[in-house]
Amino acid sequence: MSLDVPSELEKEIDERVTHYPVSKRSAVLPVLHALQHHYGFINEEAVEWTAAKLDLEPIKVLEVVTFYPGFRQSAPGKFHIRVCRTLSCAMAGSYELMESLCDKAGIDRSGVTHHNPIAVSPDGKFSIEFAECLASCGTGPVCLVNDDFHEAVSDVDGLLSHYQ
Amino acid sequence: MSEEKNDLIDVQINGEWHSFPKGTRMIEACRQVGVEVPHYCYHPKLTSPGNCRMCLVEMGMPPRPRPGDDPPEPDETGHLPISWIPRPAIACANTIAPNMGIRTESEMTEECREGVMELLLANHPLDCPICDQAGECSLQEFSVEHGKGESRFREQKVKKPKNVDVGPRIRLDDERCIMCSRCIRFTDEIADDPVLGFTDRGSHTVLTVYPGRELANNYSLNTVDICPVGALTSNDFRFQMRVWFMKETKTIDVNCATGANITVFARENKIYRITPRQNNDVNSDWMPDSHRLNFHWIESDARLTDPLVRDGDKHRLATWQEAIATTADKLAGLDGSEIAVIASARMTNEELLMTSRLVKHLGAGHVDVVPREGENDGYLIAADRNPNTNGVMLVLGLENPGSQLEAIKDGIAQGRIKALLCLQENLVEDAGFGSELLSKLDFFLTSYPLANPTADIADVVLPGACWAEKTGTMVNVTGRLQRLNKAVDGPGQTLEAWEIIRDLIQATGGGNGIYSATDIFKQLAAEVPEFADLSWGQIGDLGIPLIETGETIPLLEREKERIEKGLIVG
Repeated sequence: MSLDVPSELEKEIDERVTHYPVSKRSAVLPVLHALQHHYGFINEEAVEWTAAKLDLEPIKVLEVVTFYPGFRQSAPGKFHIRVCRTLSCAMAGSYELMESLCDKAGIDRSGVTHHNPIAVSPDGKFSIEFAECLASCGTGPVCLVNDDFHEAVSDVDGLLSHYQ
Repeated sequence: MSEEKNDLIDVQINGEWHSFPKGTRMIEACRQVGVEVPHYCYHPKLTSPGNCRMCLVEMGMPPRPRPGDDPPEPDETGHLPISWIPRPAIACANTIAPNMGIRTESEMTEECREGVMELLLANHPLDCPICDQAGECSLQEFSVEHGKGESRFREQKVKKPKNVDVGPRIRLDDERCIMCSRCIRFTDEIADDPVLGFTDRGSHTVLTVYPGRELANNYSLNTVDICPVGALTSNDFRFQMRVWFMKETKTIDVNCATGANITVFARENKIYRITPRQNNDVNSDWMPDSHRLNFHWIESDARLTDPLVRDGDKHRLATWQEAIATTADKLAGLDGSEIAVIASARMTNEELLMTSRLVKHLGAGHVDVVPREGENDGYLIAADRNPNTNGVMLVLGLENPGSQLEAIKDGIAQGRIKALLCLQENLVEDAGFGSELLSKLDFFLTSYPLANPTADIADVVLPGACWAEKTGTMVNVTGRLQRLNKAVDGPGQTLEAWEIIRDLIQATGGGNGIYSATDIFKQLAAEVPEFADLSWGQIGDLGIPLIETGETIPLLEREKERIEKGLIVG
């Protein structure tokens, strides 16, 4: 199996690689970011595609992917929620927010580990993970849903109903 | 400070000044003057990532005066005072500098080592009693020297994969791994098969083989040798024998003309494992798996243990006296032109000298050896799969080994050759001699370690010692003279080929007076010009260059390039 990368995306990736003239290996992170942004996660084919693109052995790319919890190795939901758990938000109730979001969206987080931080709802609509500081410490608890920022979240039902 | 002479730099190690060539790594400088710096990740044949931190030492340089201050004054030895840097430095990846100071026994160094050991042991299983590495484990050794008696770690140890099948010959215990990355660098830099890596880096770092791939290249077992702990173990050797019970014999590999230097580990006459032995002119620190594991046949049930003579259509046991006397009888009535001798390029120079004596003594009209050609693997395996073809050319005087075999076959087919002495070869399976052809001979003698279809046809079958059971010398593909040392005794009545040939010469009316392979070596030195004035002791454990063949060993050439580029120490 190989990844079918649209030519637009490949063009963008090729451009990013040119920023690293000394060692193509340095372009692993930007390439992976571009792929994750497009596909939502990095699977085995994406690892191998990246390795081939940068003349690396796949294991060298896998090392990077598994190091950063930010790179998802399995598909997230249609709407991916990141709940801030850094100090201010934690004190303002981010753990309660997480619990409530999981409860309403039917997400089971019992399988979450450091290297597998994401849990997905059974219908695949929502996925959730904790994030570190989202830079809005005065208005906690805050969360990101895909690229939308939500401050002082209290109405969980209302929040989720935006995303259907 | 003394001026740099011939690019030598003065460095103070534990209070004493020494000179080293420019560019020497700190760890190597210490080693050269007998100061051990404990380390895990550093290996002179691999790049130095400096990740284990075990080689931290205290380092100092001459003080740099502030602008306007006087520069420091040299002392009476010409060296500047050393101002010690309050942070430790790794000795493996840093090179020496003029007037540098290194302290490996200071309080700071000791503290560093203790700290590193404590962290390494925090998650290391305490399973030394069942670990194959015990007895040759750097972690165990440095724990004794630099560790604490007991652990302060009260938390849960991290659980990681155990008994992982990473390849056909290797098993991985990730909990024992200390993340030195030697195996990763070996597969990447030397074996060109980078399938290993660290995934899930962090508190749960695991050594992983890339999903769907395996560590299966023909050099994979070298990772087991360089693993400083028991994380990578050999399927062939694991749980077989404690390392401290085994006797180590330095000898050479005979599976190809490279003649990799090896150590044979045996106990009570049984070989348990073979590991490469460092020789930077032959095999560096490595050897191929195919050669390393090719020793179990030595214990095979098919080993010949006693001389056999033909009795009708069967063989029966005989004494050496009877077997040799039978041979002498059969040869007595024959003219030299009716006798052919096929020796082996797996024989030692000493055995080949005896063979040439036998040939001369019998006036044998035909002599040759069986060639074994394969492919050069681009690493350490030579195309010539015989270990001593150069010896055959020098000692037996054959210009083109293997070129006479067809003529010998024809001679047998036409009845011109009536007797054939096959020494340490398997003509039917390895040289294309048909059983029917060999049945035409009036007399056929074969000596070999194993029973085989060639022996089935022979009139006299003699049990010859295998490579691990004999002493002698061989000349490798580059023309290096190396010593083969006896690691175990042959089974039953087995004799070394030189002993068999000596007895044959004696029984057919020739001289004697040879009692050991080293005796024959003295005669080699006297008779063969290339060996002139050489002595057994001179060859040493690493061999000496004997002739120029113009051949090179590809892996060594690549290592030389890496040394020149400063990537590795070498």
